[in-house]
Amino acid sequence: MKNKINKVQEAEDTEEIEDTEEIEEAEENEAKTYVSEEVKKRKVVVPGEVIVTGEDYLPSDGTKRVGKDILANRFGLAEEAGRVIRVLPITGAFMPRRGNTVLGRVTDITFHGWLVDIDSATSGFLPIEESPRFISKNEMDQFLAIGDVVAAKIMGVKAKGIDLTLKSKGLGKLENGFTFKVSPNRVPRVIGKEGSMINMIKEKTGCSISVGQNGWIWISGENIDNEIKARKAIDFITEKVHMEGLTDKVEEMLNGN
Amino acid sequence: MAMKSTNLTINTLKRMFKEGKRFDDRKLDEYRKIEVSYDVSNKAEGSARVKIGKTEVIVGIKLAPGTPYPDSLDKGNLMVSGDLLPLASPRFESGPPGFAAIELPRLIDRAIRESHIIELDKLVIKEGEKVWTVFIDIYPLNDDGNLIDAACIGATAALKKAKIPELNENGTADYEKKAKKELPISEGIEPLSISFFKLGDSIIMDPTREEEEACEARITFGLSKWKKQYMINSCQKSKEATFSSAEIEKMMEMLPKKFDHLNEKLKKFF
Repeated sequence: MKNKINKVQEAEDTEEIEDTEEIEEAEENEAKTYVSEEVKKRKVVVPGEVIVTGEDYLPSDGTKRVGKDILANRFGLAEEAGRVIRVLPITGAFMPRRGNTVLGRVTDITFHGWLVDIDSATSGFLPIEESPRFISKNEMDQFLAIGDVVAAKIMGVKAKGIDLTLKSKGLGKLENGFTFKVSPNRVPRVIGKEGSMINMIKEKTGCSISVGQNGWIWISGENIDNEIKARKAIDFITEKVHMEGLTDKVEEMLNGN
Repeated sequence: MAMKSTNLTINTLKRMFKEGKRFDDRKLDEYRKIEVSYDVSNKAEGSARVKIGKTEVIVGIKLAPGTPYPDSLDKGNLMVSGDLLPLASPRFESGPPGFAAIELPRLIDRAIRESHIIELDKLVIKEGEKVWTVFIDIYPLNDDGNLIDAACIGATAALKKAKIPELNENGTADYEKKAKKELPISEGIEPLSISFFKLGDSIIMDPTREEEEACEARITFGLSKWKKQYMINSCQKSKEATFSSAEIEKMMEMLPKKFDHLNEKLKKFF
């Protein structure tokens, strides 16, 4: 089951930050001139900064239009995709989207399902009908008890809350190991291009690792030392997001001890 | 939203502590790197910024003339207040202070007051009418566990550098003028708070936030040295689990060693 979960997570990863070089170049550009040019590459912007000027562009996530200018609403990397301008945040909270796979902690059991804390503004709700097999209302706590960790998929985001489901491959309660949190915006970096980073860590440490889009990470290995090693590698990645050749550095680190 | 550890993490930490392991390679009773810097605030009479690992606290001392309490007419006043700013941790919410926000300054208050580091009887301006009030304000900037110990180091450090402002003719304090008179501090008394945390059967010190969240019990001692004797000035136990008498005895053995060790570490800052 563990392996299946991992595969689902990797397939999820669509928003990968590409090369670190690009980010650094963008920073240089910014230092040189404040007047915005047309962005072909991603560049770092701060809230209120003009990203592009012109009626042709459409403001998307993290941006707003003021007169002819498109301004950044958030601190992050500005990206131009055709006519659409958006900002990929570097810091900030998890923004739940439909289809995200998340890890969460069961906080309460109600008549109709489980309340799951997934580190978003509103808590997640997992209805009893969405469990993978039939569960009687009397034995709900035997399937998922308070404090348990569950891998779930976001079925829908409503104003009242977030609906979760377990009806998909590789979802369900997680056993053994431990969980910890990283910034949700660092998740693409932890996974790497097509899962390259996470697969390398898994291979080198022999641990099963599962990464939720909300920044929760679950690690389970044969012994504690390997688990600690895997966690250290991930903490290293999240601290040095902008480092060049990060994959090699992490590999070196894992080989070192 | 209360942030609690998952069952998986708690079980793993229990297992790790049993083997004497931690995520950051420390020993169970080992402190993280401690740094203290001074004069972080222009307006305060004394201030210090303490870092224990990623935990960061600013402590400021303010002095103002005030009336003495009816039961201590010949002594200055001491007030400790703390504010758990939401900027310090996602666990802190703005609004009326919760349990932790009330507990923190009270613990520091007792540790500082009962050590008699401040010679309060020397803070009288006119007996029975006017005395100095010492305000100790604690502001955590980042909570990565063990806030109480960090705040106490900060309070002690800031007190050691605090100055008494001069008085105007009408009796108010002149904060603009550069103060030279030092706050009367008893030399050689360095009140520190030392906390022990319990998870399963293991006792750990200086936990990170995730370790602290997983822990089942905490006991905090306010320690100082008086005439070369170790003094326990205050003691408070928190959370649900219990400590056995054997565990308390073990702590009593560890306390003087830890106190000396911490003092040694802090010597270059004090």
